[in-house]
Amino acid sequence: MTDDDRTAPIRVLIAKPGLDGHDRGAKVLARGLRDEGFEVIYTGLRQTPEMIADAAEQEDVDVIGMSILSGAHMTLLPRVVELCRGRGMDDVLIAAGGIIPDADVAKLKAAGIAEVFGPGTRIGQIAGYLREHARRRA
Amino acid sequence: MADHRELLRGTLAGERRALARLLTAIENDAPGIREVLPDLFSAGHGAHLVGITGPPGSGKSTLVSALTSEWRRRGRRVGIVAVDPSSPYTGGSIMGDRIRMMDHAADRDVFVRSMAARGELGGLASATWLAVAALDAAGYDPILIETVGAGQSEIEIARLAETTVVVEVPEMGDEVQAIKAGLLEVADLIVVNKGDRPGAELAARQLRAMLSSAGGRVVGSPPPVLMATATVGEGIAALSEAIDAHRAQARSPEQARERARHQVRAALSDLGSRHAAADPRWEATLDAVAERRLDPISAAERLLGYER
Repeated sequence: MTDDDRTAPIRVLIAKPGLDGHDRGAKVLARGLRDEGFEVIYTGLRQTPEMIADAAEQEDVDVIGMSILSGAHMTLLPRVVELCRGRGMDDVLIAAGGIIPDADVAKLKAAGIAEVFGPGTRIGQIAGYLREHARRRA
Repeated sequence: MADHRELLRGTLAGERRALARLLTAIENDAPGIREVLPDLFSAGHGAHLVGITGPPGSGKSTLVSALTSEWRRRGRRVGIVAVDPSSPYTGGSIMGDRIRMMDHAADRDVFVRSMAARGELGGLASATWLAVAALDAAGYDPILIETVGAGQSEIEIARLAETTVVVEVPEMGDEVQAIKAGLLEVADLIVVNKGDRPGAELAARQLRAMLSSAGGRVVGSPPPVLMATATVGEGIAALSEAIDAHRAQARSPEQARERARHQVRAALSDLGSRHAAADPRWEATLDAVAERRLDPISAAERLLGYER
């Protein structure tokens, strides 16, 4: 599945902030996005916001996708946005997925999380969203 | 579009974001990037370029991480380019090398960049050495290139390095594996990783025996075979010293010329392929070859503009 008007694949960092015990969902998503033609960098479990911002900076990704199940999303996710924006990564799309109560979604969006994908979201839906919203460049 | 001169200036000033964006421009062969290449190359400090390759699962990333720890203890700033395959069907890729490099996640003097191999027209070899040139200009030394030693293009990358380390593991197969052409031929050093596994000692002995007699290199002395257990850091100091020693002995004008030859060849092949693929006659020429109306050599001549 290629996108003819784009010269390079979209680079996506998939990260697991916090202390989740498993990363099944993140791996399924990484694999799914690979099959949709994305270049996916996966960093593994137990990442601090600083580690995620560092990796995003070095890898110059177009998208950061964070998966979180532990309930610490209101603390960790806005911190990643803050760190990235503080380093001039203003055009990086930051999205989230996992177990996030509906009541928190609006707050996360206000804090700079572009979109929240809950359980049951299809990979194709996420891929379509990223193709539409990730930055484009030469 | 990014101003590449500005990115180069930032890279030389030690700005990590500028370096990261310059690497993206290089990888995408962004319009205008070639204009800054002469300055990029002349700004290089001559970092030691170390290639690490081996079969999937042999522990390359773990070894790279352990070596990085060793070098950090010695006060060196380490650059890492980790290359992973792209799907030939979708163009997508999963790059997971950072998982094993978490020890260095917060270290400002380690820069890790993952690169997908992309397609045959992606120019992996030239993109890789340009990426290395950028890390060199940014002051990282040594610079590690990690590739899966599975295909010819990965071997090609290994040949661009000054010192190529091939990682093997116990139970990799019988002795004939050691005398097959390919991966082991490009090795300056061989590491049998997972040295705590049964048969590691035997594997190292077999490799030494095969490389010193029947097989191995046509020229020069056979590469040293070391043992390591990267997960616990065993054998890493010795490997680091062997890598330094190799550089001291291999740093000759002939070696530099040999590498230059590979670099220019890789660039020729990349530029030629891209030039041809951009030709409006590309599709029609492919059809002609598929229908046997044209042979592949004449097709290539036509696309390169060598009309007879």
